[in-house]
Amino acid sequence: MNLTEKILAAHCGRKSVTPGEFINVKVDLILANDITAPLAIKEFRNLGTKSVFDPQRVVMVPDHFAPNKDIPSAEQCKLMREFALEQLLVYFEVGRAGIEHVLLPEQGLVVPGDVVVGADSHTCTYGALSAFATGMGSTDIAVAMATGEIWMKVPAAIQFVYSGKLRPWVGGKDLILHTIGRIGVDGALYASMEFTGEAISELSMDGRFTMANMAIEAGGKAGLFRADKKTLEYVKDRAKRPYKVFDPDPDARYSQTIELDVSNLEPQVAFPSLPSKVKPVSQAGTVGLDQVVIGSCTNGRLEDLRVAAQVLNGKKVHPRLRCIVLPGTQTVYRQAMHEGIIERFIEAGAAVSTPTCGPCLGGYMGILAAGERCLSTTNRNFVGRMGSTKSEVYLAGPAVAAASAVAGRIASPQEVAG
Amino acid sequence: MKLRGTAHKYGSNVDTDAIIPARYLNVSDAQELAKHCMEDIDTGFVRRVKPGDIIVAEANFGCGSSREHAPVAIKASGISCVVAGSFARIFFRNAINIGLPLLECPEAAAGCSTGDIIEVDLTSGEITNVTTGKKYRASPYPEFLLDIIKSGGLVSQTKKKLARAR
Repeated sequence: MNLTEKILAAHCGRKSVTPGEFINVKVDLILANDITAPLAIKEFRNLGTKSVFDPQRVVMVPDHFAPNKDIPSAEQCKLMREFALEQLLVYFEVGRAGIEHVLLPEQGLVVPGDVVVGADSHTCTYGALSAFATGMGSTDIAVAMATGEIWMKVPAAIQFVYSGKLRPWVGGKDLILHTIGRIGVDGALYASMEFTGEAISELSMDGRFTMANMAIEAGGKAGLFRADKKTLEYVKDRAKRPYKVFDPDPDARYSQTIELDVSNLEPQVAFPSLPSKVKPVSQAGTVGLDQVVIGSCTNGRLEDLRVAAQVLNGKKVHPRLRCIVLPGTQTVYRQAMHEGIIERFIEAGAAVSTPTCGPCLGGYMGILAAGERCLSTTNRNFVGRMGSTKSEVYLAGPAVAAASAVAGRIASPQEVAG
Repeated sequence: MKLRGTAHKYGSNVDTDAIIPARYLNVSDAQELAKHCMEDIDTGFVRRVKPGDIIVAEANFGCGSSREHAPVAIKASGISCVVAGSFARIFFRNAINIGLPLLECPEAAAGCSTGDIIEVDLTSGEITNVTTGKKYRASPYPEFLLDIIKSGGLVSQTKKKLARAR
């Protein structure tokens, strides 16, 4: 069995499972946010169950339109907060919270071998910890909260093998954009993606979170990594529960194996309006920008901020451009402050915000007007994603983002920082 | 169960931001959401759609966010069924769970234009384009999913299971 099958079999009490089978899976952790929780709570009430199956395994995070962006958002956050308090759930309030997919791993709430379901498509981020984690809708989450179980179809698994050593300024975002560019936005539809190879062993945990995060952008159900020394080091002082590491069998079967030599890979940029419209930064041409966003569940971790600050290195944000930086959690924010990174952003002329998903989904804190162009370290560049349907979003990693903020157009980190 | 309606045709990769933009997600009310359904790719949809109409799209319909608001908005706008070449998986689950019928059939999707009259037999999976006279067959639902659909969605099915367990 592959890693996907191993984890799922262990969670449905079976010796083995095969792709295409429908199974009921026991879940280790359930997540909802201020956008998806209100619907989930409504459906939970409809079920007529009084309490969730285990309050310590249900997490709610106000992050999408929080700190509350308007009165209706405030009402949704209030509804979620009251439910979380009533049910004694794991709940993170504004000021102690952050973006859910940065926060949960950081708090040790997800551990290797887990099955996690979240009412958010980027729940797949936790695959970086060798957990089977997948996004679902609010009704699914309501049923999981009530019963501790959910139905799943065992996905086929596609293996991605990355060989070679990454060049400077190339990271997890470039690997995953390159992969999506190669297979397309439905290249892994209904499938799980298992990432492996030499370049993956070398990749940091933050880089792996970025890659797993965007599995959904290829249509993937999950994006998984094997747990290695780096994974165990990451969870060592964080894990809130005991865990079990699963490894794929040597004769594991995959529906497809895709080999990618990434030794000459350049930083990548996804052009509007699909994450698969990828070009190496050297072929981006002259694309003037009005805004750069650095942050999100994709690239709002400490390493991302360090890389961006390193590229900025005393330079100023281009006078015609707004650069908005959103650290992923309060812990990331604080550590970035200790390291002097926040000061460097502010000195450069960037706006630094409290953690929120805000601009990524066109909520608030950086909405685009018609005709404006934004390069963002987020995950989606669909039409109208960050504002006007006549605006454009380009996706890249933090190094390209910081370089572009300085240049006022899409630029390579090499060009700006050397 | 048979459905009949006018087709509203879209291309590939219709994402959930196009179905219901995030700027409207500060409410969860189905009728409120329906007012903005498909707004960012088809501003006239809400004005044109009539109860029973059918959305037809090419590959990967409903990709992107997990927002259940997307199938909720489609259902509340009066759409009776979505026929597509393929569906993104979270959208697929959400639609089944809330009782919005979906049929996967690339040939039917390719052979249909906006304004065509479409008939769908949910039991047999037969799709008829009344305008062109062509018939198509969607892949049938697996037994497991059929049970959720027949129960009236995941919540009703779970309610029954919980009642039996008591």
